[in-house]
Amino acid sequence: MTVMTDTLAEHADAQLRKGEPLIEMDGIGKSYGAIRALRGINLRVNAGEVTCVLGDNGAGKSTLIKIMSGLHPHNEGSLKVDGKELTFGSPREALDHGIATVYQDLAVVSLMEVWRNFFLGSELRAGKYPLAGLRIKEMKRIADEELRKMGIVVKDINQPIGTLSGGQRQCVAIARAVYFGARVLILDEPTAALGVKQSGVVLKYTAAARDAGLGVVFITHNPHHAYLVGDHFIILKLGGTVLDKKRSEVGLDELTTQMAGGDELTELSHELGR
Amino acid sequence: MTNVQTSPPPSTAPLPQPSNRVTLGLSNRLLARPEVGALVAAILIFIFFLVSAPAFRSGESFFTILYQSSTIGIVAVAVGMLMIGGEFDLSAGVITITAGLVNSMLCWNYGMNLWVGAVVSLVFCLFIGFVNGYLVMKTGIPSFLITLGTFFVLQGANLGVTKLVTGSVSSTDISKIDGFSSLQAVFASSFKVGPVTVWITVIWWILFVALAAWILQRTRTGNWIFAVGGNPDSARAVGVPLIKTKIGLFMTVSFLGWFVGMHLLYRFNTLQAGNGVGNEFLYIIAAVVGGTLLTGGYGNAIGVAIGAFIFGMTSLGIVYAGWDPNWFKAFLGVMLLLAVLVNLYVKRMSTARKVG
Repeated sequence: MTVMTDTLAEHADAQLRKGEPLIEMDGIGKSYGAIRALRGINLRVNAGEVTCVLGDNGAGKSTLIKIMSGLHPHNEGSLKVDGKELTFGSPREALDHGIATVYQDLAVVSLMEVWRNFFLGSELRAGKYPLAGLRIKEMKRIADEELRKMGIVVKDINQPIGTLSGGQRQCVAIARAVYFGARVLILDEPTAALGVKQSGVVLKYTAAARDAGLGVVFITHNPHHAYLVGDHFIILKLGGTVLDKKRSEVGLDELTTQMAGGDELTELSHELGR
Repeated sequence: MTNVQTSPPPSTAPLPQPSNRVTLGLSNRLLARPEVGALVAAILIFIFFLVSAPAFRSGESFFTILYQSSTIGIVAVAVGMLMIGGEFDLSAGVITITAGLVNSMLCWNYGMNLWVGAVVSLVFCLFIGFVNGYLVMKTGIPSFLITLGTFFVLQGANLGVTKLVTGSVSSTDISKIDGFSSLQAVFASSFKVGPVTVWITVIWWILFVALAAWILQRTRTGNWIFAVGGNPDSARAVGVPLIKTKIGLFMTVSFLGWFVGMHLLYRFNTLQAGNGVGNEFLYIIAAVVGGTLLTGGYGNAIGVAIGAFIFGMTSLGIVYAGWDPNWFKAFLGVMLLLAVLVNLYVKRMSTARKVG
């Protein structure tokens, strides 16, 4: 763990102050044509804290991520990053503000080598002119070192990343985001497709990123995983917020119950009457 | 790998042992290269024609084959890059004729210097490439359909406009117009090395292949091309300019289409407006035989060049051997099927998780 935290801290922005708001969302909503996918979302991402967003399929989690990561602009409410109100036009803009997203299934390009994936979108070049060569040796060395420091062992840095396990791919994607100076890390269902042990590794990374002062948004439908790392919990349902509490105000039981359906479940149990 | 990490001290946590890392065997590394299958096929076909066609065994016929290959290979390189980027261009065959016709007819009718006409034609072709790319990216309709549309528009317009302007289906002879000789020197000259005639397109072909190989393997643009072909969403999410990259690829195809169009015009002085149809498939076959995946994200420039060379070798080899040239298409079909099977196998091999 020490290794991981040190490495993360090394790359993390020194300006980050724990508790300082990085992203503030106020009444954010999003409609796709006639469908209102999200409404009235208030969410703060603070430095050095993990904000967990929970919800069932179709609750609006993906839409929320897309707004924060610049894939789709919001059309209601205000989004502030470092206190300045803005709307992202592209993922590049979000990245330039230090907001990096690691997607569950589209984190990497499987046919490309591990090192190319690590540097994708932030390649090191020999010069600024068009067709400048890549600094391939340096890129391979850095990718190899960074992954080793974080305890990810790949057989060969030149192998296609598709040959790694799901957990390893997820970790490479997180390592990449942190290495390139992310201040806010959005993790989209990072543990959904993983076994218990691999989930553990990803959760440790999440905690390490938090300890290094990054703001983390952890999106999941697993309240147990959320409760292991979270400082603040938001549960979404049908595009709206049904729970918004700090860690001190909520227990794992309440989270689990709410996720399982909450009051509806109680009603259902009455109806089924056993 | 050199070890220059500053923190942490090794005692805080044991680093993973380097012994976990293995270097894959030579056979595995070779198999993972896209062009190996094509190279083996090229060598086999070469030996086959050496044995069965006596006329094949001379330096002259070798360079004729290279010339034949270059006329396909130049556009095929761009088509290969586009396919690595995950898209198709069916208009790449007829655009060569469009390029030549625009140049020829503008200069004939308005008395322009041919250089001016060539530049106008270039701008026009780049515009077509841009429109192809723009429509594909903005509508999300598969490039197969969009460029099929462009293909028919260009094919029809080539014939229609030529008939309107010249009254026949071929363009007028432009060899008397200013600028002809200098343009011919650039696009369609040849020189003798001993008994061998070397066409300048062979030199251009080699240059374009080298440039494409450099771009694909060694530049940021190349990284982006593989990424937008392999997984566009993921590429976009890490900040790769998806739309620009893909539109750029379509424009590269139309640029090299223009280039071959210039060659045809300045080699033959006049163009048949109905030509070029069907060449788009030869480009795609060259790319696929050369190891490019139809689904994108995999391939390289050398492989595409070998694919074009196989095309040149077979189309002329059959003639040298004195066989009915009609068999050529059948042979091409077989090559394509074999190539697709090999590609499928290679893709499975290189993405399968290696256990242990």
